[in-house]
Amino acid sequence: MATDSGRAFACFALLCLLVLAAMIAIALGTVAIPPSTIISAIVSFDGSRDHILVTSIRVPRVIAALLAGSALAVSGAIMQAVTNNPLASPGLLGINAGAAFAVVSVMTLFGAGVGDIYVWFAFLGAAIAAIVVYALGSCGAFGRSPLGLVLAGAVVATFLTSLTTAVLIFDQSTLDAVRLWTAGSVTGRTMAQARTVAPYILTGLVAAVLLGRHLTTLTLGADASRALGQNPVVWRGASVAIVILLAGGAVALAGPIGFVGLVAPHIARMCVGIDYRWVLPFSALGGALLVVVADTAGRLVFGSQSFPVGVTIALVGAPFFLYLARTRLREET
Amino acid sequence: MATNKDPAAKIASKGLDIAYGQRRIVGGLDLVIPAQRFTALIGPNGSGKSTILRTFAALMKPSHGSILLDGRDLRGLSTRDVARKVGVLLQGAVAPEGLTVGDLVRQGRYPHRSLFSRWSAEDQTAVDEALMLTGTADLADRALDSLSGGQRQRAWIAMTLAQQGEAILLDEPTTYLDLEHQVELMNLITMLVEKHRKTVVAVLHDINQAARYAEHIVVLKDGRITAAGKPEAVITAETIADVFKVKTVVIRDPVAGTPLCIPL
Repeated sequence: MATDSGRAFACFALLCLLVLAAMIAIALGTVAIPPSTIISAIVSFDGSRDHILVTSIRVPRVIAALLAGSALAVSGAIMQAVTNNPLASPGLLGINAGAAFAVVSVMTLFGAGVGDIYVWFAFLGAAIAAIVVYALGSCGAFGRSPLGLVLAGAVVATFLTSLTTAVLIFDQSTLDAVRLWTAGSVTGRTMAQARTVAPYILTGLVAAVLLGRHLTTLTLGADASRALGQNPVVWRGASVAIVILLAGGAVALAGPIGFVGLVAPHIARMCVGIDYRWVLPFSALGGALLVVVADTAGRLVFGSQSFPVGVTIALVGAPFFLYLARTRLREET
Repeated sequence: MATNKDPAAKIASKGLDIAYGQRRIVGGLDLVIPAQRFTALIGPNGSGKSTILRTFAALMKPSHGSILLDGRDLRGLSTRDVARKVGVLLQGAVAPEGLTVGDLVRQGRYPHRSLFSRWSAEDQTAVDEALMLTGTADLADRALDSLSGGQRQRAWIAMTLAQQGEAILLDEPTTYLDLEHQVELMNLITMLVEKHRKTVVAVLHDINQAARYAEHIVVLKDGRITAAGKPEAVITAETIADVFKVKTVVIRDPVAGTPLCIPL
């Protein structure tokens, strides 16, 4: 897999798998819909009940899962590269919690529904959380170790999640609207919502892929990167901006789904190595696949169309986190 | 000044002061690194050797004075310009887990590529040549963390060679290597200087290693030059006693004929 053609093939295989998983996700549900009907609903919509079900419920849900999964996975990969920390991810470092708190706050103030304004507040919340965690992590309050940054993230994430809960306790109407969303869910997403967030996430993904080569250089450390003529401040800044765009967009759309940003990049690196030109696209595809499969599995296994995908992923992600914490952190201390 | 215009000077500093915050490490340094020679910087811990190397590579800004690289003021050059002219290997450089030798050496092309340019044939040639010169071509697909210390050092040097600068700065490249790999690395440096006309500056801990392999030695103490010149002129019992506070006798190395100092 060390050759570029091997990596390209792996990416292509993953893409095929993703298309297959998306088709299955659209086909399965309370009513099974054959693939031929799915395709005809998309290419020649005739207004029948099955066609409406496909275009207004199943497809938007899968698109939301694809967008959120790829965005979270890529932001996790970038964070791991920039911080040189195997545990960095938007969930663990409190960025998802920051975006979620901002979205819930603005919903309480202005009423529920996903519009442009929520996306911008999600970016703002993500950015503030990122700055606070980075400041706490680098001022040495928790020690300058990889674990210190994760502790700082845990503190910020827990604090913001508590605040979010407090806001929801006092505001019953918002709670009803976002109860599923706060656990990380793609249930009931509409095409309009996906369309609102998609430009930000797609911009972030394209920017991330262009960033790839520079990210690999950054992972050599600040001194080596500067010695190679890179300006680490500029590229770190660009990285953080992309992370905020991706994580904020994903949270605005699908809530704070945890562990995708942690798990997908690690699997990507196991498959294609450390070169971020390949890690990023692989993470994007892998993260999208993870969320689509977990959402479909949750619907089938738990028999509820509204079972939150965030919970299903946590069932897989939490053991993976323990495995990483035990193996990767021990080596570095 | 005549020394600044001297074409034989690859890097020259004039009245250089370097400080970490309030603490001055180097004061009034006038140091000339001759082109296409192997220069060794020696001196006790805290004498400012590594700091000087970092400043020459534009990783630190001096608080006073100037550095001329090929006769041009370093302040007028971008980090990219510097990276095209000077390769640097710092102490304790750590590559992320899983990075292969090939990946690392390709990073050496960073300063030659524009923002979104594609990998060119020229880039590939430079990488292949760097791998070949350092004898790491067979290791290109191996992960750095699976290699021995000596192999890893050669891979990092290959990265600096892929930068295709004329000067290479090495901070204690032989520390923590066993004797075989130390000798191998010194022979590599000698080959790069003699056959490929590179200017190499290395901070060395071992005085005898410096005396044996370097053509030009700069002895530093408390951020100032105590002596500079050919090994025979610099490595004397008086200098060693003054700088390292150790009494020695200096004899001729029976193999190379260079000075060899033996502590009493």
